[in-house]
Amino acid sequence: MAAIKNKKQAVNASSNEVAVGGHGQAKEIIGRFMRNKAAVFGLVIVAFLLIAAMFPQLFTKYDPIAQDLRARFLPPSSEHLFGTDEYGRDIFSRVIYGCRTSMEIGLVTVAISCVVGVVIGAVAGFYSGVTDNVLMRFIDILMAIPNTLLGISIVAALGSTIPNLIIALSIGSIAGYARVTRVSVLSTKGTEYVEAAYSTGASDARIIFKYILPNCLAPIIVQATMSIATTIMSATGLSFLGLGVPPPTPEWGSMASSARAYIRDYWWLVTFPGLAIMTAAFSFNLFGDGLRDALDPKLKT
Amino acid sequence: MLKYIFKRIIMMIPVMLGVTFITFSMMYFSPGETADYILGELATEEDKALFNEQNGLNRPFIVQYVSYVADAVTGDFGISYATRQPVMKEIMSAFPTTMKLSLWAEVFAIVIGVTLGVVSAVKQYSFLDNATRMFAMIGVSLPSFWEGLMLIILFSVVLGWLPPSGLSSWKHWILPAFTLSTWGLAACMRMTRSSMLEAIREDYVRTARAKGQSEIVVIMKHAFRNAVLPIITVAGTDFAKLLGGAAVIETVFSINGIGKLIVDGINTKNAPLVQGGILFVAIAMSLINLMIDIIYAFVDPRIRSQYVSGKKTKAPKKEKVS
Amino acid sequence: MSENILEIKDLYVQYSAGKDTVRAVNGITLSLEKGESLGLVGETGAGKTTTALSIMGLIPNPPGKITGGEILYRGENLREKSEKEMRKIRGHEISMIFQDPMTALNPMLTVGDQIAEVIRLHQNVTKAEAFQRAKEMMEVVGIEGGRANEYPHQFSGGMKQRIVIAIALACNPSLLIADEPTTALDVTIQAQVLELIEQLKRKYDTSLLLITHDLGVVAEVCNKVAIIYAGEIVEYGTLAHIYKNPSHPYTIGLFGSIPNLNETVTRLKPIPGLMPDPTKLPEGCAFAERCGEACEKCMKGAVPYIEIEPGHMVRCTKFAGKEN
Repeated sequence: MAAIKNKKQAVNASSNEVAVGGHGQAKEIIGRFMRNKAAVFGLVIVAFLLIAAMFPQLFTKYDPIAQDLRARFLPPSSEHLFGTDEYGRDIFSRVIYGCRTSMEIGLVTVAISCVVGVVIGAVAGFYSGVTDNVLMRFIDILMAIPNTLLGISIVAALGSTIPNLIIALSIGSIAGYARVTRVSVLSTKGTEYVEAAYSTGASDARIIFKYILPNCLAPIIVQATMSIATTIMSATGLSFLGLGVPPPTPEWGSMASSARAYIRDYWWLVTFPGLAIMTAAFSFNLFGDGLRDALDPKLKT
Repeated sequence: MLKYIFKRIIMMIPVMLGVTFITFSMMYFSPGETADYILGELATEEDKALFNEQNGLNRPFIVQYVSYVADAVTGDFGISYATRQPVMKEIMSAFPTTMKLSLWAEVFAIVIGVTLGVVSAVKQYSFLDNATRMFAMIGVSLPSFWEGLMLIILFSVVLGWLPPSGLSSWKHWILPAFTLSTWGLAACMRMTRSSMLEAIREDYVRTARAKGQSEIVVIMKHAFRNAVLPIITVAGTDFAKLLGGAAVIETVFSINGIGKLIVDGINTKNAPLVQGGILFVAIAMSLINLMIDIIYAFVDPRIRSQYVSGKKTKAPKKEKVS
Repeated sequence: MSENILEIKDLYVQYSAGKDTVRAVNGITLSLEKGESLGLVGETGAGKTTTALSIMGLIPNPPGKITGGEILYRGENLREKSEKEMRKIRGHEISMIFQDPMTALNPMLTVGDQIAEVIRLHQNVTKAEAFQRAKEMMEVVGIEGGRANEYPHQFSGGMKQRIVIAIALACNPSLLIADEPTTALDVTIQAQVLELIEQLKRKYDTSLLLITHDLGVVAEVCNKVAIIYAGEIVEYGTLAHIYKNPSHPYTIGLFGSIPNLNETVTRLKPIPGLMPDPTKLPEGCAFAERCGEACEKCMKGAVPYIEIEPGHMVRCTKFAGKEN
């Protein structure tokens, strides 16, 4: 995480150098974002989800894994907002605690795959030739295996734990970042200020990180925000197949999976965890969409 | 054009080698002894040794891999441990189901998605546009397994209109195909809308209006034709994704497609089945991507002329400046 | 007196962008006689293209809207025509050539089909006949008819503009609007294309509204000139009026910013400043801020539009009371 933070600082510092009037630009971007009501709505929910992930105990008095066999299958009520499950656990509490699991998986996966993918893409785009070819063929291989199947087989090979799930999902989403970064590096590489940086004798690494990448940030940031949504959905999907987060950890996908046996009689067991997944993915998508329009008004549709 | 297709297929070979290497090593290094899974708890050490001997599992990794690839090239993906049937045969019995399901889902996604996208773009910022966009946003945020389960609750449990699992009649196809199509439908709609919005603003659309052409022809003949390329890309990648992603839906609706076959194979450590299944899906996906590129060339004259320029008798002429 | 083919009376067009309203055209009045060529000259953003699109009924709505005035074509007000009636006029009675030939043609259709499309729309012919006519039109604009099956990307910019001209003239319109037809072309090609327009205009007896920012082009092709500034006509007259006796300070400024080979001028005199923001047009004369002769009278109230000699109109306070 520290590495990312450092990079971000470097990136911020240099974007001021490169973009004329970087500060005013940021203000303009924030202004455009704030005018987009849907995007702000998304951001508010994202903020709420993050708070719920950090301080779940603020929202519920029930222990998410405490079983109470006398209170099985209670329908939603004022006592149990979302009802209780087959072990008598409070579903609302499990949904709130499940937020932590999903956010953790989503954010860490995005951080890992973003860093790896961006480095691969930047190097491939910057050096072109053989390096580019080798790296991009590797990316092609990753793209050739459907993400779900890749995830399933990695988790199956490594074992069902949260870190392994994160590894599996990260590997699956590296390709997207690498491609996006490569394309924008290629288009930035030939610009005059990069030529100018060469003429001052800057090292390759300095040129990549200080001059090229800051100008490729917009598509990468958008890709990252949007892929938090897809990652959360994939993670819950793998858990649903029994290949993700092991019980009894509260997790939305595995909650829906175990609720499957009871859908004929107890609808609330499956409904609420799914709604939670949808809300999380929806808010990150709204946020990402608004961010894209704000960062690059040319792309606005 | 043929030369290009040939080149693309040649380029698939190293990628497929990579795919086999990844799947092979993953299954190889995954924990647990294959023999334990296949022969059960009661098997003796001798039985296991014999099993490993018969299946060549005691050879070094690299030898196993090379012999696997050598067989795979001839279409022999090995024998499924669970059924003792050739993996190819199992895949061939499951794949058509997945293909049919994905095709229905994709047709549905394209027809509805493109229609909504065009209307949405033409009536930008109208109520319909806003509603469609909101639905599309929800559509890409719906976890498919949950959507499937909710549809089962509604249409099978509560209303009793449609069966919740299996594939014995046309009614059985509706829920899984619809569930599978949702993501692609939303993606198709979003892409159609944005590329139509771009095309509508192009100068040649204004030229068409200046000719006195009616609005509907302007939209469909001039704008849509130009907007169609990115839509093809999205629909194609989505279709390729469906083939691989059907695993979850097939599990929800208990459909014996290739996705469920692979998931079951993973759970029983049936390495030949998993390797063969993933390789097969990867090849299918690559072929679909190749097909998209070929369709591109048929749709867009600019790309077409790149491919055929070698054979063309009349090269593009430059205007004589005199 | 010959009849007016086109008369624009007091035309107002606005674009609304959020809270801002762009006043693109503010009371333009023009007329064009049959067979005449009128040059509409002004800077980028002065409202030239908006005027042209208003005549065609192609102002994108939203955000644009004609808020007042009349556009009379052969004495009939085009603003009162239904969309269906306008479709019969566009491409048939009134045609338009657009500025950028690179983007004006549909990249997905053959050029022959694109010319044939307009013929099929307005003439009662079969598809094959229309295509044959398209080939003939290509020959007319100087391109081999055999290339009708090729796509726009196979042609150079000048060739594309010839095809755009072929589309515009395919149905023998009475009025041709050419919106900066040569701006996007190489200088060598510009002359060819201009000559082609001139020649075809005479051949088909078409009236021409030529929109440009280039006074040289106007001198070559037009017999009447209107100078437009910030959505208003500031000076209007025959070619001789404008070139021999430019009277509005803006027109004089325009001439001052072109190099003239016949006179020894030590340096060009560019007009200082920029056109006013069309969302915040000043009260009074829109040019006053950049005008060397501006006085208090220019800053408020309507500026009179004065005929200083027969057929020569100027919108400037300095001629107030000096009416002819």
